[in-house]
Amino acid sequence: MKKFEKLSSSVVPLPIENIDTDQIIPARFLKATTRDGFGDNLFRDWRFDSDNQPKADFVMNDNTYSGKILVAGKNFGCGSSREHAAWAIQDYGFDVVISSFFADIFKGNALNNGVLPIQVPESFLEKIFAAVFADANTTLSVDLEAQTVTIDATGDSFEFEINPYKKSCLINGYDDIDFILSQKTLIEEFEQNR
Amino acid sequence: MGKTLVEKIWDAHVVKSQEGFPDVLYIDTHLIHEVTSPQAFDGLRKRGLPVFRPNQTVATADHNVPTLDQHLPIKEELSRYQVDMLTKNCKEFGVELYGLGHPYQGIVHVIGPELGITQPGKTMVCGDSHTSTHGAFGAIAFGIGTSQVEQVFATQCLLLQKPKTMKIEVNGELANGVGAKDIILYIIAKISAAGGTGYFVEYAGSAIRSLSMEGRMTVCNMSIEMGARGGLIAPDQTTFDYVKGREFAPKGEEWDKALAYWETLYSDEDATFDAVLEFDAADIQPMITYGTNPGMGIGITEHIPATQAQPESEKPSYQKALSYMGLQDDESLLGHPVDYVFIGSCTNSRIEDLREVAAFVQGKKKAENVEVWIVPGSKQVEAQAKEEGIDKIFEEAGFVLREPGCSACLGMNEDKIPAGKYCISTSNRNFEGRQGPNARTMLASPLTAAAAAVTGKIVDVRELI
Ligand code: SF4
Repeated sequence: MKKFEKLSSSVVPLPIENIDTDQIIPARFLKATTRDGFGDNLFRDWRFDSDNQPKADFVMNDNTYSGKILVAGKNFGCGSSREHAAWAIQDYGFDVVISSFFADIFKGNALNNGVLPIQVPESFLEKIFAAVFADANTTLSVDLEAQTVTIDATGDSFEFEINPYKKSCLINGYDDIDFILSQKTLIEEFEQNR
Repeated sequence: MGKTLVEKIWDAHVVKSQEGFPDVLYIDTHLIHEVTSPQAFDGLRKRGLPVFRPNQTVATADHNVPTLDQHLPIKEELSRYQVDMLTKNCKEFGVELYGLGHPYQGIVHVIGPELGITQPGKTMVCGDSHTSTHGAFGAIAFGIGTSQVEQVFATQCLLLQKPKTMKIEVNGELANGVGAKDIILYIIAKISAAGGTGYFVEYAGSAIRSLSMEGRMTVCNMSIEMGARGGLIAPDQTTFDYVKGREFAPKGEEWDKALAYWETLYSDEDATFDAVLEFDAADIQPMITYGTNPGMGIGITEHIPATQAQPESEKPSYQKALSYMGLQDDESLLGHPVDYVFIGSCTNSRIEDLREVAAFVQGKKKAENVEVWIVPGSKQVEAQAKEEGIDKIFEEAGFVLREPGCSACLGMNEDKIPAGKYCISTSNRNFEGRQGPNARTMLASPLTAAAAAVTGKIVDVRELI
């Protein structure tokens, strides 16, 4: 897994609530048997019309906005457990997703793929949207070690929470499987003692 | 201090617990299917690892399969490749597969219980969020991502934080024509699509107790639609009677031993939950959804809530949902025409669902303007339906009983609802595009769906029974 420490980037704003995994990556694109290439179909039905033409009014088709940080409305990633949603977001080029609330499974899947989900209060989310809509070049700085996200132009900063174990996984670029494999003997003992 | 049911099962499966780290939780049963497993098998190959406990792993093909002419090769190339890949992977790693053509094939959450694989007190996972279904038996069952599928393959364990617990009690008697699906749609409408996030939910109360196992599965199935990791119901005589005698249920002395343990599986009187909610069954009418998440539901006689009544920040999303659905503020759904009726999915495709629909439609005819798809949850459900003559009743009514699979629940296989069409669906998700690009889904119970099938519109089924 890729290491994550710090990031400063402009953002792509998506002020919609309850963005579910079927929007992030529709089911008909789940037929691949590898982890690659899902970014092409990220938000497929919002990005393209039925003739596969880009929809001009969707933010990802608007050159004004770009960056490695996706900022979205409350309850992001609800719905299915498909990790393809996290793969699509990562493959498209996002390293961070910011929202005021995340669905559990999505949050776990994102962390397992080196994408950092940052939960901020509703009021801070509104500040980010306001800053970005006032100036599309607005940048945010994320510091994982310090657990902060800062709106660079205003200096507004928020200290976010992250599980300490998950934090060290991201910073060191190792995943759960590496850790859990080191517990094999204990697992076998557990099986024998049941 | 007493323990909740979740705590009892959780604690019995903790391999290692360490301050500041997630628990290492042992998983008894791992269910897999074609869509979320290939990358996990690949991961094993890359690490040079076997499946650690293949005997505790069961596979089926369900999401991507056609529901007509299953004896023929799958037409769509990518779907066929994915299903073939599952066969190849299961063979290579020694995992039992109930694939197409096998008498046990079906939707993963339908076959687990009907084969007796799902049992009280177990920990069960699957790369599918509706794994919560199995909680109906008093098991800790939840959906996982593909990286976690790989973890379970490699170690039969998962790294997890112990979840918070919520109790949802539903007491009192359900009105005639109101069932398990209405209960869960009602709860989600009350607490929203995110109201259970972070929790494991235990359903309790007399209305829950009175449900059959099929009904309990319907309730637990949709726990994820309120954001909860899982839902479960303490096992009781209904549970034991259902499990007994099934293919993989314990037998003889093993049964007695298992039963003695299962009888200890309930939340202690003095156990504390992180949250408790109570509902009255008498308040529940047949439910229907009007929006694009399962929390956007109303009683069938109610009107669509006005945008004005929504919190300021939610207005744009609310408007977007209504415009996607082609519906208006304050509109009543009664009498709204319907184009498709889909009775199926892991929420409502069990034999009891088909029986209920058959009893209602017997002697009636399908309305001209609707297409009706009835998709059994498994080969065994299909066989049982035929044995009971239910297929004949459907045929006479003008319905098609198809072959098992996820079908129109998710617009991944051949069964899709065309753009702009309204579908009353017994499945669990009404997200934009869930049943096909621009398809408009309205979630409801099998009875409400059946009533729409024979009238061609949304009606209050209580007036027809
Ligand atoms: S029936 Fe629908 S919800 Fe259930 S497992 Fe299949 S796709 Fe998922």
